[in-house]
Amino acid sequence: MMRRYLAIATAAVFMVTAGPALAQTPVPTPTPTGQDGDDEPITDLEGGRESALPIIIPVMPTNQVAGTPAGSTDALGRQLAAIIDDDLRNTGLFKTVGPNAARPIAYSEVNAPDYESWGAYSSQALVQGYVRANPNGTLTIGCYVYDVAARRQLIREGWEVQPSEWRRAAHKCADVIYTRLTGDGPYFDSQVVYISETGPKNRRIKRLAIMDQDGANHRFLTNGQRIVLTPRFSPDQRSIVYMGYENRRPAIYVYDMSARTSRLLVQEVNLNFAPRFSPDGRWILFSMATAGNTDLYRVSAGGGAPVRLTNSPGIDTGGSYSPDGSKIVFESDRGGTQQLYVMDANGGNQHRISFGGGRYATPNWSPRGDLIAFTRTGGGSFRIGVMNPSGGGENLLTESWGDEGPSWAPNGRVLMFFRAASGSGRPDLWSVDLSGHSRKIPTPLDGSDPSWGPIRP
Amino acid sequence: MARILTSVVLGVALIATAGCTKKRPETVLPPGDGPTSTTGDTGSGDADTSPLNEQFKREVTSDTIHFAFDQYDIDPEARSILDSQARWLIAHPNTRITIEGHCDERGTREYNLALGDRRANAAKNYLAARGVSPARITTISYGKERPVALGSDERSWALNRRAVTIVIN
Repeated sequence: MMRRYLAIATAAVFMVTAGPALAQTPVPTPTPTGQDGDDEPITDLEGGRESALPIIIPVMPTNQVAGTPAGSTDALGRQLAAIIDDDLRNTGLFKTVGPNAARPIAYSEVNAPDYESWGAYSSQALVQGYVRANPNGTLTIGCYVYDVAARRQLIREGWEVQPSEWRRAAHKCADVIYTRLTGDGPYFDSQVVYISETGPKNRRIKRLAIMDQDGANHRFLTNGQRIVLTPRFSPDQRSIVYMGYENRRPAIYVYDMSARTSRLLVQEVNLNFAPRFSPDGRWILFSMATAGNTDLYRVSAGGGAPVRLTNSPGIDTGGSYSPDGSKIVFESDRGGTQQLYVMDANGGNQHRISFGGGRYATPNWSPRGDLIAFTRTGGGSFRIGVMNPSGGGENLLTESWGDEGPSWAPNGRVLMFFRAASGSGRPDLWSVDLSGHSRKIPTPLDGSDPSWGPIRP
Repeated sequence: MARILTSVVLGVALIATAGCTKKRPETVLPPGDGPTSTTGDTGSGDADTSPLNEQFKREVTSDTIHFAFDQYDIDPEARSILDSQARWLIAHPNTRITIEGHCDERGTREYNLALGDRRANAAKNYLAARGVSPARITTISYGKERPVALGSDERSWALNRRAVTIVIN
């Protein structure tokens, strides 16, 4: 897929690995750093827009304008910078001077920033990358980042990619910048599977669809002839588990990404729904309703006999594993209305963790382990919030008529959810940062039930 | 009180559950393939509009019962509707039915699937208690996926919280 040549911010490692990858790029003179807490974020970005970090992202120059299947290298240089600009700006944590506002740079400048000239932008960080078409048909995209004030190089990375995957290099670059400057993990080079919706409210046509986290490279996986709901990625991203109605039977299916076919997961004819993979990909947690009572079960990802995990009267659903697989959070109305509960992965030690007013639903355990996201309903609104796994520290991030179904970005700091409109019921996809900064995710049609996949391999 | 009634009739359904277990054909679906739906009226829209079902709808008080918000108990109005359905079904012993459970849009998706299942089963249990063999009844929940009233207001939500009986041949 994508070959990563330089994964470094320190000079020593760079010297060892640079040779073959970037032999024909301008010869770098890396500044020795790394003894002064180099891996720490250079600024505290908590708090969102008010303290957003200024960063300059000029068009990425090319050593030579050349045509490629992805377009000419000079056009690509502008598009790559625009993607990095979008990725960073959309977090709410950066104030960007993008490729349309920053002065263009020469290819020879990539390694030797003219710090003096950038002072006028009163910006802290500067991204100078480059694009090069290789004789073997691949593209090399460089991602060099400088601290303008300290006049030193912070990041020196490069990737060789197939032209069809050129956007991933921009996301990789943005991920490295984001990680270095915020201290949080990467999430831009990831995909989202969700339900694409269209049609009248009483006969919505729902299709499984997949796209990059920014909405690019969108494609449909099913054709809309049956209702499909709640898709969720497997940890290895090779399959998607979802619920679908086939021959008037709701059931759980596993879609194979390479074979492009679905198989029935659970043979029992009861209502089976709310599927979600375990972190190791071996199990699928789901809910089964029998005679009006709904409990949590798990089944091997390959199928077989389900193992029952809860047996209380009431609706137990929305199960989600902790990242180490040892615990499960779920919702239950056993106490009267929907509330969140945590139990051991084998069903033991069930205890309630949410106690606020209204209802708590759709829990989703963060891949970082520290938070559980949920939908809280009541008082005419559906809101997305987070709390810690023992139920404390509740923080409501959104408020609208119909926010539902949060799914974590791979870094455990950003959530995607859907927002339905009152009246039409039409949903859109939104993301929200833990700082509360939210934005709409572009989709060709309406969108619901997003599931954010891991960082791509 | 409503819950007590439901659990009393639950016993009837449990006894009969084994009898209505159907062998499910193993399916390998091509991407998105499935039967093309036809238009229904009060139901999911996936239902047959067979002559028999049309006859059923003409001859019973209603094919649809309604529920209060987040409830699944059978109220007096629903009882009288289900009583008329039970009489028809006993008079037509060779028919089978599917009961669809539906919810309004003010619940979360997965919870509503379970709540729709509760509503369909509440109707099934009531019919069974009135002498309709549970083996003739299948249930399906559509959660909030198939509303009949399109507004976002109390009246629409009340219409959408429903269980619909559909006669199949």
